[in-house]
Amino acid sequence: MTDVVATGSWVQIHRVVLRPGQRAPQVPEETQRVPLEMLVKGFLAEAARVGDDVEIVTAAGRRLRGTLTDVNPAYSHGFGEPVPELGRIGLEVRAVLRERGRIR
Amino acid sequence: MTAARAYDAVMAQRVDILRRSVGLDYAAYETGAIAFDYEGLLADAGYDLETTRAVQKETAVGNTPLVELTNVTELARSVAKPGRGARIFVKDEARNPSGSFKDRRASLSVHEAKRRGYEGVAAATSGNYGAAVASQAAKAGLRCIVVQEAFDSAAVAQPEIAEKTRACEAYGAEVMRLSVGPELFYVLLCVLKETGYFNASLYTPYSILGIETLGYEVAAQTQAHTGRFPDVVIATHAGGGNVTGTARGLHKAGATQVQLVAASVDLTGLHMASDRDFNRKSFTTGHTGFSLPFTGWPDRADVPRNAARPLRYMDRFVTVTQGEVFFITQVLAELEGLERGPAGNTSLAAAFAIAQDLDAEQLVVVQETEYTGAGKHPLAQLNLARRMGIEVRRGDPEEDEPGRRIVIPEHPSQISVADVDLHRVRRSYLRNAIGTLGGATSLNAADIEFLVAETRTDTHYVKETIDALRTEKR
Repeated sequence: MTDVVATGSWVQIHRVVLRPGQRAPQVPEETQRVPLEMLVKGFLAEAARVGDDVEIVTAAGRRLRGTLTDVNPAYSHGFGEPVPELGRIGLEVRAVLRERGRIR
Repeated sequence: MTAARAYDAVMAQRVDILRRSVGLDYAAYETGAIAFDYEGLLADAGYDLETTRAVQKETAVGNTPLVELTNVTELARSVAKPGRGARIFVKDEARNPSGSFKDRRASLSVHEAKRRGYEGVAAATSGNYGAAVASQAAKAGLRCIVVQEAFDSAAVAQPEIAEKTRACEAYGAEVMRLSVGPELFYVLLCVLKETGYFNASLYTPYSILGIETLGYEVAAQTQAHTGRFPDVVIATHAGGGNVTGTARGLHKAGATQVQLVAASVDLTGLHMASDRDFNRKSFTTGHTGFSLPFTGWPDRADVPRNAARPLRYMDRFVTVTQGEVFFITQVLAELEGLERGPAGNTSLAAAFAIAQDLDAEQLVVVQETEYTGAGKHPLAQLNLARRMGIEVRRGDPEEDEPGRRIVIPEHPSQISVADVDLHRVRRSYLRNAIGTLGGATSLNAADIEFLVAETRTDTHYVKETIDALRTEKR
């Protein structure tokens, strides 16, 4: 049993907009086979648990329903590791300009 | 109602929903079976250059610096023939409020929405434009909803779009994140129907007129800096707005002799509606997945008539590889102290190659940069590419293969452009144009005149090509 999430918490909900077989006719085969899914964040309208069908109030003030998936969802995008294929480009092009007497 | 029936029902109301949401009666501009009064549609929007400049000044949009890239120019000269290697300039559009030239496009839409009394604005966009609309809406006190195509069926988010989600939310917008598919448009229609918000489409007259100031500033600043207009202006090309608005602005500044080059990242072979291919692209805009279809037929947008009509304005259309853009992005940071892009640097990669064919005293202007940051960065994209099984290595960019291999050049001399055959694009445009007609529908004089303007050709070419295409069809 997951913890109760308090009313007013910043959360994310999930909903299937179109199921496989309901997709637009022009989409390719591998897209036809999967649903069109939606994720939206907002303030939880009433206390609930993760996995419950809930209502949220979005930043635009809309009330939307869906399955509660996350509480205070993180921004997890970043940069990751340095990429060796990019790491030496600066040295190389500076060497060219140094040869031409443009930089020291 | 089942989802499938809801989909059909909403799509059937498309014309009415769109008319209410942009406040424009597109039907009133139709002049033939294909033709419409393009200039009339733009003029009636009510934003001439001076009005647009005044609106944009209120929100600190535009008037970005023009920076001469002296070290990049020197690097290009190091691999060019003696006496060649034009001076390269960049318009540092990253310095707009939300970090890209898209603020220019959003400014008039939001201004118009507020003027007409809409409660909020909505836009279907996964790119910088969402942040721009959200930023402008914040300043105007309007509510904002951005609909994005953001993740694949394995719940893997494209990092650049994840950053745009964060930016939109930072400006107080609601962001609807969707999985892969063109039904993004259906969701936008549902939102517009439910909320009655203004559709801040990328393709309305407001969006295009907002970019004219960029072309105008490029001409005026280049003249102030060097005493003359640029010889070549290069624009990163996706849906066609950037090319269209920039060219119109250049013309309004009197710079009618400038060669306008459209540049896109080559993503040949990757399907834009494919769940599988979605995260095998390292670029989410400025690529051929948008630019080829939108140049060959602009009226495939989220409004009945697209105000972005790039084939009317481009003098040349070139592509570069993903690896070449990553290379030049690194060069821009390390030689000029400008960490920007990467997608906005598509035109810089092209400029680096094109400058080498021009004389040293000629002038090339790259007309935009964009902000960079977490997710929206070569490191994030290349790390995702590796995770998706794409090979990343140094080598000859000729070996680059979208979705399979990203090849970062080993030497600046390997950066080149590939020309898209404009004759083929024009033919493709005309094929699409007659494809929209019923078999027997004949074209009136206005249609022919329109197609001549659209393809920048002449009556003889249009008639002859259409006859040939119709014969081919039979």
